[in-house]
Amino acid sequence: MSDIAIRANHLGKQYRLGALYEQRYRTLRESLGSLFRRDERKSHETIWALRDVSFEVKQGQVLGVIGRNGAGKSTLLKLLSRVTEPTEGEAEIHGRVGSLLEVGTGFHPELTGRENIFLNGAILGMRRTEIERKFDEIVAFAEVEQFIDTPVKRYSSGMYLRLAFAVAAHLEPEILVVDEVLAVGDAEFQRKCLGKMGDVAREGRTVLFVSHNMSAILRLTEETLVIEKGRLALRAPTPQAVDYYLARGFAREGERIWEADEVPTASLPFRPLAVRLRNPRGEVVNSIRSAEANTIEVEYCLDAPITGLRVGIYLMSMRGETIFTSFDTDDPQVFEQMAVRPAGHYLSRCTLPADLLNEGRFVIGINASSYRVRRYFQDEQALTFSVDITGAPGTQWPETRLGAVRPRLEWTIEAV
Amino acid sequence: MAERVNTNVTYIRPARGWININLRDLWLYRELVYFLTWRDIKVRYKQAVLGIGWAIFQPVLSMVIFTVIFNRFLGVKPDAGIPNEFYPIFGFAALLPWQFFQGALQRASISLVTNANLLTKVYFPRLIIPLSAVAAGLVDFFFSFIVLAAMMIYFGVPFTSRLLWLPLFLLLALLAALAVGLWLSALNVQYRDVQHMVPFLLTAWMYASPVVYSAEVITVSPFWQAVYALNPMVGVIQGFRWALFGTNPPGLSMLVSAGVVLVLFVSGLFYFRRMERIFADMI
Repeated sequence: MSDIAIRANHLGKQYRLGALYEQRYRTLRESLGSLFRRDERKSHETIWALRDVSFEVKQGQVLGVIGRNGAGKSTLLKLLSRVTEPTEGEAEIHGRVGSLLEVGTGFHPELTGRENIFLNGAILGMRRTEIERKFDEIVAFAEVEQFIDTPVKRYSSGMYLRLAFAVAAHLEPEILVVDEVLAVGDAEFQRKCLGKMGDVAREGRTVLFVSHNMSAILRLTEETLVIEKGRLALRAPTPQAVDYYLARGFAREGERIWEADEVPTASLPFRPLAVRLRNPRGEVVNSIRSAEANTIEVEYCLDAPITGLRVGIYLMSMRGETIFTSFDTDDPQVFEQMAVRPAGHYLSRCTLPADLLNEGRFVIGINASSYRVRRYFQDEQALTFSVDITGAPGTQWPETRLGAVRPRLEWTIEAV
Repeated sequence: MAERVNTNVTYIRPARGWININLRDLWLYRELVYFLTWRDIKVRYKQAVLGIGWAIFQPVLSMVIFTVIFNRFLGVKPDAGIPNEFYPIFGFAALLPWQFFQGALQRASISLVTNANLLTKVYFPRLIIPLSAVAAGLVDFFFSFIVLAAMMIYFGVPFTSRLLWLPLFLLLALLAALAVGLWLSALNVQYRDVQHMVPFLLTAWMYASPVVYSAEVITVSPFWQAVYALNPMVGVIQGFRWALFGTNPPGLSMLVSAGVVLVLFVSGLFYFRRMERIFADMI
């Protein structure tokens, strides 16, 4: 029995909604995403974010957890890291749990790097002597030596993140819970993080790794849990679990709908309705394959004609770097034809060509404006999606490639 | 591997009824109290030109204002036996614990909400948050205490062994702030009305405490004195004044105050622990 690290027994977490919880309501709806919509009829009282989840994790095992946004993954991690209590069921945890639920928790912008290392370490449950012992190692890992006595508010986002991860990574818990830390940071740093996690696992510690990054899951874990609608849908060897996950249609995700009351009056007469990402089979998805051509569509209404309107998208990396900007009237001829766009209901569509993006998560922002006249509407984070690189160029080598794009270039090799 | 076998086992299950105070966890995380307190102090005076000097200016300025308004204009007198020109130090002796209490309660009542990002992401005993919010006031207290010592020399108030009682009175003020802070911080998670109410509560509380006037104003009967002392700050302030000037030894009122603090503290502790389980979901 002693080789068990985690034993979960019918774990369930119910959230309460309703009049008293008005404020909670919005944020909960955001965080639970589609789950909320599915449970429309019960939504006024309670909602089960997680239910009847049972599993065991052996010591030294690296277990992956996948599921779409709002499926209950985060709730599961919150329960296991004791941030919140279960409504039913129970779990048994052998050893200290270190969670990387969100790196940089408790970082204070006014404090220096050095001060934050101590503060953050203490928040994560480290002893002062332990932090002192690992201090140099943490600083070296984060590569912030010169700035260690500078307030972190002056750090670049990359430095900030590296420091935050470094502290958390040097916490030596028996059980490490990792949630999506790899969604941020540059590729070089991501490699380092994955390496660190690999070390942790080799040292015989248990890791629970939650990610949208299928290749990282495949590389690091042997077994994976798939969580669906708050329930444990599957526990299987990782390749099998990933196949199962990718094969499910992710309908209802990969779309952002604006309710009437969400549209700022300042944007009128432009009224955004939705942004959707569709795979070649026309399904609305939040995970696409790089090897296929996918479609992004923007649906909107014009309450009055607009002169010189252009509706477009930004594609950004999770770090906020813009990869490109494109508008529906980029073609001069189309722009001429659409000099005045009449009132009505529209769908602007574009194709995201095959072999364009590298693996990772991306953000679609939308913009509706008339050049030098007015910006009607802008949402820089309308939608996020992830790219799976199965079948993309160079995947015979299971390495992480730098860069947001992964084009298929025509190479010739000739002997000269 | 072998050494990992015997590690502690944590059971995660829905809590039922009134939870025990988890002293073991609190002890394990004792260093966090220190770090959060230190953060509060450090951050409070960052980018302020006067820095920690504010810990001195605030009570001194209040003392000047109170002396001018209450003593000079309205003719409020210090305790019998204390010369009228001693009003500044008479007031300061009360301002010292009062401002500590006020600051501690203010910070404690909003502490959970301002640390929401911690509550929703990391586990640690939640009691640490209001505890360190209260403790962060001790540094300010220390600096204003230096001012008090300087004033004692200036006014020629003798340093007697009665001063050794001050830590006890300070502890009572601290527990009072923590007790009320536990209630208010937990309530504030659910009802943000609390943070709007606290400034008024504190204003009213100050006038209900003998800060600007002498507690002798209330000497109607021992009964009414006891009722008055239901306000724990009455005992604390009387204690401070007695330690300095030797007038009005705090007897009955100190006992009543201590009793009230104990009741508030224990009930606050249980209420806080009971609400703790929903903090992360409600905040």
